[in-house]
Amino acid sequence: MAPLPLTRELLQVVGTELIGPYALLRLERGGLDPGVPGQFFMLEAPGRLLPRPMSLCQAPARELAFLIEAIGPGTEALCSLRVGDAIHVLGPLGNGFDLDIERPLLVAGGIGVAPMPYLSKALGDPPALLGFRTARHAEAASLLPGAEVVVEPRLVTELLPDDPGDVLACGPEPMLEAVKALVPGAQLAWEAPMACGYGACYGCVVEVDGHYERLCISGPVLRDAA
Amino acid sequence: MTVPILNASGCLDALAAPETARSLDAFVTKTVTPLPREGNPPPRITETQRGMLNSIGLQNPGIDVFAQETLPLLATLGVPVWVSVGGFSAADYALLCERLDDLDDVEVIELNLSCPNVEEAPEAVSELVAAARGATGKPLYAKLSPATWDIAETARAVSDAGADGLSLVNTIRGLELDAKTLRPKLGLGSGGYSGPALRPIALACVYACARAVELPIVGMGGVMSGRDALELVAVGANAVALGTVLFSDPSAPSRVRRELEAEARSRGHGLLAEIRAVAHESASPSGASTD
Repeated sequence: MAPLPLTRELLQVVGTELIGPYALLRLERGGLDPGVPGQFFMLEAPGRLLPRPMSLCQAPARELAFLIEAIGPGTEALCSLRVGDAIHVLGPLGNGFDLDIERPLLVAGGIGVAPMPYLSKALGDPPALLGFRTARHAEAASLLPGAEVVVEPRLVTELLPDDPGDVLACGPEPMLEAVKALVPGAQLAWEAPMACGYGACYGCVVEVDGHYERLCISGPVLRDAA
Repeated sequence: MTVPILNASGCLDALAAPETARSLDAFVTKTVTPLPREGNPPPRITETQRGMLNSIGLQNPGIDVFAQETLPLLATLGVPVWVSVGGFSAADYALLCERLDDLDDVEVIELNLSCPNVEEAPEAVSELVAAARGATGKPLYAKLSPATWDIAETARAVSDAGADGLSLVNTIRGLELDAKTLRPKLGLGSGGYSGPALRPIALACVYACARAVELPIVGMGGVMSGRDALELVAVGANAVALGTVLFSDPSAPSRVRRELEAEARSRGHGLLAEIRAVAHESASPSGASTD
């Protein structure tokens, strides 16, 4: 199948909001498609050479919203954006979640909550389990009303029922590995450092069936792998 | 004269981004080796000051799969295909070139003589070029490392060995530490340093080689804009390749081409030919200002 054309536009910031330690960055949508939940966009980080990959958090009318945790110079630059600033955005990219499922259960840890609001809306607000490091991080649970929330030392995997149904998960690698072990066939959204997001650099590989595959093209959502 | 815009090898997958590939004057493949390679363990990339490091390790399917499966697909794009090849001995380069020699879809073979992320062949680059020359009648471009004491001497040697052109330059080895742990950020420690920091190094290499040999030169290294491309032309490049800039902007080829033409016009040069190698002419008195 031929890849879809890449779309990249200069988009204005229309709003920023602090949610606990995270920033919700709202951009005008321009001509970009919001894509499938779990797909991602490459966001220009002002002053940095490389853009940063972010999954879509919300898709309000004529907007794209991203939840960002400042963990380095690129994400700090993104969190410092002000209304009226403009950044280049490329996307949507990669493979999102398969929504053709019977009994969805969303599971997220930390900043892995980012794609869940958009995913939840697409699936009609299914049950959700969220885990966070601290109560302050857990403020992000407000993005997903009705979710069951735990804070460390409790782990989100403790909340998984015996028959969890169709699990769609995003979070840190140890959490995803734990979900994978507990729920064979779960859809897992991974992350990796990416230079380009569209298959050019071979920087974001993960091991799939004994081979290195580009996460930006084969993922970021993988089922039973990585 | 126009200045052809290419991609630097390993900086674009034409099949994943066909529109970007079609906006180039020629597409250069990721380096192909005799056997398949899985590449280096991640993390493979990191941003650093004024550039980025990569340690991909020549991940590729090997010459057989490339020739049978990848090349026919690339040929359908309608863009001339330059195939980058790399090996670990003179025999490897001979084998690769022989394999590509009778494939009509191959316009040029670029010899990657300088990947900083794999063990290099022990032979001198001129021996590798000579081995390749003996195996093919296709045009051969030698891609050289900037990490050499006298790149003009290397350029003369590969010219004598039968190269038809030079690709200048590859990345240069660099290392970045994690600020907290003081351990290397990349899986294998060091990686190839590219981006704006490489640009003055590339300019110096093209400048030196353009004086040393008559061969056409594809200049590359940290080009982000038409102005950057113009400077490579000014020191003697005949074509310009884009690398790191493609990662942030898949539409960079069209943009850089547009900016390059506007830069030339704004300097009163309708023809880019008037700018080529202008840096080698003695400067006018007004050029001595300190900015």
